[in-house]
Amino acid sequence: MTEVATGILWMVGSSFAFLAALGVLRMPDVFTRMQASTKASTLGLACFLIGAGLQLADLGSIIRLLSIGAFTLVTTPVSAHLIARAAYRADIPLWDGTVLDERREALERAQANGQPEVG
Amino acid sequence: MLEFGTQFALVMLAAAVLVAVVRLVRGPTLPDRVVAQDLIGILVVGLIVVLAASTGVHATLDAAIVIALIAFVATIAYATYVEKGHPE
Repeated sequence: MTEVATGILWMVGSSFAFLAALGVLRMPDVFTRMQASTKASTLGLACFLIGAGLQLADLGSIIRLLSIGAFTLVTTPVSAHLIARAAYRADIPLWDGTVLDERREALERAQANGQPEVG
Repeated sequence: MLEFGTQFALVMLAAAVLVAVVRLVRGPTLPDRVVAQDLIGILVVGLIVVLAASTGVHATLDAAIVIALIAFVATIAYATYVEKGHPE
């Protein structure tokens, strides 16, 4: 029973992981690539960890798997946010089809009102 | 079922790492490469977890923890580098 569940979880997780890699290859700019990579890869890794936890049922392995999962869930959004902010500030061009750039609008508004540049 | 799931997962993860390496090589900017490197780190953690569970050698889970930690620190370092004005 647990073997079937593990097999299914690993197949689902590896499909998510492959879709993340495909998104990183095919998406048009840094910011869209990043959202494909982070969301799908955390979901895929969660499936791998749950499947492995069903197979390795001793306490030490469960604690290690839980710590990997907790650490990844905390750090992935942080690192994605940091790369996105750094890329935006380094003036990496957005995709031509981008419809909303609120930070650019806010900067232009601040400039029109004569305020000093923010953050 | 477990046998097939393990084989399938290992093949898909290897293919995903290859696809991410294509993006790592093609760029075109440094943030693109950092995103690809971050993804490769997470994929390798998944690969190690699957191998540890399927072979029963749970000592390799420690390696997975270390790789997750180092990938995070590397991404932070690259983000600081890009933000200081080295976009290439």
